[in-house]
Amino acid sequence: MSAMINNLLSAVADYFPMVLRKPAPRFVTERGNRVYGLVAEFTETPKVFHAAEHVRDAGYSKWDVHTPFPIHDIESAMGIKTTKLPLMAGGAALTGVTVGALLQWGTTAILFPQVVQGKPMDAWQAFLPVTFELGILFTAFMCIFGMLALNGLPRFHHPLFSHARFCHASDDTFVIAIEAEDPNFDPVKTRELLEKIGGTHITLIEDED
Amino acid sequence: MSSIHPDESMARRVAGFEPGAQPPPRRNKTVGGGKDDGTLIEDPGKRAPLVLGDRSFSDVTNIVCGYTEAPMPRPWLMAFTVFSSVAALGTGMILYLLITGVGVWGLNNQVDWAWDITNFVFWIGIGHAGTLISAVLCLLKQNWRTAVNRSAEAMTIFAVVCAGIFPGIHVGRVWFAWFLAPVPNSNGVWPNFRSPLLWDVFAVSTYATVSLLFWYMGMIPDIATLRDRAKLRLHHNVSRPFALPMPIGSGLVIPFAPRPDMIRAFVYGFMSLGWRFSSRHWHRYEKAYLMLAGIATPLVLSVHSIVSFDFATSILPGWHTTIFPPYFVAGAVFGGFAMVLLLMIPLRAMLPNFSDILTLRHLENMAKILLLTGTMVGFAYSMEFFIAWYSGNEYEFQLFANNRVRPDRAPYWWAYWTMISCNVISPQLFWFRKLRQNPKVIWFVALAVTVGMWFERFVIIVTSLHRAFLPGEWHMFFPTWVDILTFVGSCGIFMTLFLLFLKFLPVFALAEVKVVMPQSSPHEDH
Repeated sequence: MSAMINNLLSAVADYFPMVLRKPAPRFVTERGNRVYGLVAEFTETPKVFHAAEHVRDAGYSKWDVHTPFPIHDIESAMGIKTTKLPLMAGGAALTGVTVGALLQWGTTAILFPQVVQGKPMDAWQAFLPVTFELGILFTAFMCIFGMLALNGLPRFHHPLFSHARFCHASDDTFVIAIEAEDPNFDPVKTRELLEKIGGTHITLIEDED
Repeated sequence: MSSIHPDESMARRVAGFEPGAQPPPRRNKTVGGGKDDGTLIEDPGKRAPLVLGDRSFSDVTNIVCGYTEAPMPRPWLMAFTVFSSVAALGTGMILYLLITGVGVWGLNNQVDWAWDITNFVFWIGIGHAGTLISAVLCLLKQNWRTAVNRSAEAMTIFAVVCAGIFPGIHVGRVWFAWFLAPVPNSNGVWPNFRSPLLWDVFAVSTYATVSLLFWYMGMIPDIATLRDRAKLRLHHNVSRPFALPMPIGSGLVIPFAPRPDMIRAFVYGFMSLGWRFSSRHWHRYEKAYLMLAGIATPLVLSVHSIVSFDFATSILPGWHTTIFPPYFVAGAVFGGFAMVLLLMIPLRAMLPNFSDILTLRHLENMAKILLLTGTMVGFAYSMEFFIAWYSGNEYEFQLFANNRVRPDRAPYWWAYWTMISCNVISPQLFWFRKLRQNPKVIWFVALAVTVGMWFERFVIIVTSLHRAFLPGEWHMFFPTWVDILTFVGSCGIFMTLFLLFLKFLPVFALAEVKVVMPQSSPHEDH
C-alpha cells in the first residue's frame, strides 16, 4: 500500500513539481544532479530477452526494457503483471450502455413524450442501435485514454530523453534501464550486472532539471 | 550482413538521407527480378516472408521514414497540385450550395435523395476496409495486414470525412444541422431516437471517433520514431535548412526559418505524447489494441448495417428488404479493399523500396478478398432479385424488372448492368492465379469495383425512388453540374488528405512490421 502511495506521489511530483517536491534522491552525481539510473544497450532480440530474465531474477522492480516494437512474451521475462485495463474497459462499456439507455428512454418516454408514427414511447427495440454504439464509444475511450493514463502519458519530459543514444531505441536498439529509485540499485553492482548479461554502452543517466 | 561500413551507415541514418535517397535495394538476389518476388509460394509447409530483401530493423525504419523526411518526389507535387485544386473546387461547390440552397442539385419531388446520399454511402463504405484490416485481420492473426493497415486506416478516416460532408449539407438549412445532436431544441423537443436516421448519426460519429483514435493510437510509436530521428539529426548537427517545397526553386533556402527538423522534433514530439518504447507501456498498449480490435469488429459490422437501416426500415419497394444489412457490409468491405488496392499499387510502383514491405502476396491476398466479397455481393444481388419474385410482392418485382433490369423498360438499365459487370463479373478474373498475381490486372479490377460500388448505391437509391407507387409522381433524375462537381470535389478532398498523409506520417506501421520480421522472435531457434 505504501509503495502505491509513494508511486502516486512520485508521479504527481513529476507533473507538478511546483506543488510537490520529489523525495530526496538516493544518488547524486558530482554535478549535483539526481541519478535516474543506468542504461545498457542490446542489439538482438533473444539477447535482450534473456538479459531481462536475469534482471528480473536479480530482484529489481523499478526497471524497464525499451524496445522498438513489443517483444513477444517479454511480460513473463520481466515479471510484469497483467494490466487491469480490460476490467476498466468493461466498466466503461457498462457505463456507455447505461448512458445510451437512459438518454433515449429518459428523453423519449419521460422528458418530452411525443407520438411519432404511432410507435410506443418506451419500445426498447428501437433504442438498441444507439445503446450499442455508445457502449462501443465509451469502451474505446477507456481503452485508449485508460492505456495512456496507466502508462503515465503524455509525459514530454523524461530523464531518458536527455541521452542521445536512447533515440535508437525507436529504431533497432533495445535498452534496459534500471532506475536508481530501485532498492536494489547500486552504481557499481548494477553496472556489473548489466555488463555480465551482455549490455553495451552502459551509461549513467542524470536527471538534469 | 551489410556491405556498407557501419560508420557510413550511421552517418546516412543520422543524416536522414539525401533528398529521395533510400537504403540500398534488396540484397538477396535469389528473389530479385521476374514477376515473382518470392512470396507467391504455394507450398503449404512454407511460410512466405512478409518483409523481403533480408532487411534489418533499421532498413525498415529508413525505408518508411526516409520518404517522410526527404522532399517529396515530383509526381507527388504534381498530384498534390491537381487534387488540392479539385478539393478547393469541391469546397466552392459546397459553399455555392449553402449560399443558394439545395435547388442547385438535380433533386425533384420524387427523387429527393440522389447523388448526395449515394456519395455518403459510397464513402462510408470505402471507410470500412481500414477497420476491417486493422481489427478483423488482427483478431484472425493475419500478419500480412501489417503492410497495409496504416494506409487503410488513414483511408478510412479520410473517407469518413468525405462521407460526413454529404448528410451535413443535404439537409438544406445547414444551420439547423445541430438538430442531429442529442440536445433539446428551443421548444424542448429531443431528436427522435426511434428513427434510423438518428441511429445513423450515432453510428457514423462513433465510427469516425473510434477509427480516428485507433489510427492515432497505432501511430504513436511510429511518430515517436520520426521524433527521435529528427532529434538525432539536430543532436549531430546534420539537419538540413528549410527550403521551399516548390517544383521551381526548391533549393532556395529561406533565411531565419527554423530547420525542418526543429519543427519535426516539436510537432512529432507533441503528437507522440512522450512515448518512450517501454515494455511496460507496450504491454498495456497491446492489450488496448487487442480490445479495440475486439470492439471495432462489431462496430464496423453495425455501422453499415445501420446505414442500410436508413433504407431497409422504409416501405419503399427496392429498399424494404431484410438482406440489406449483410449485403451492405459485404459491399463496404469489397469497395474498401478496392480503394486500398487502387491507391497502394501505384504507390508501390513509384516508391520501389515499398515493394519489400508490400509484397505481391499481400496484393494477391487482397485480390482474394475482392473475389470473396464480390461473389458475396453478387449472391446478394441475385437473392434480392429472387426474393422480389418469390415473395409474390408485385411492386417489388415490378421495381426490379421495370426500373432496373430490362433495357427495353427501365431507363436506368445501364446503371444496373454497369454495377453487375463491375462488381460481380470483373472480380471473377481472380479465379485465375496469373491474373490475381498481376498488379496491373488487380489495379484495373479495383478501379472497376470502385466505379461499380458507386453505381450500386446509385441504383439502390435513385432507381427505387424515381418510380414509386403512384405513376403520376414518376420523375427521372438528372444531375446538375453542381452535383457532379461536388462529387468530384469530394474525391479531391480525399486524395489531398491522403497525399498529406503520405508526406507527413509513417505510411507503414513500423513497429508492427518489425514484429512480423523473423529476427523479432525472442527465441534463438526461430
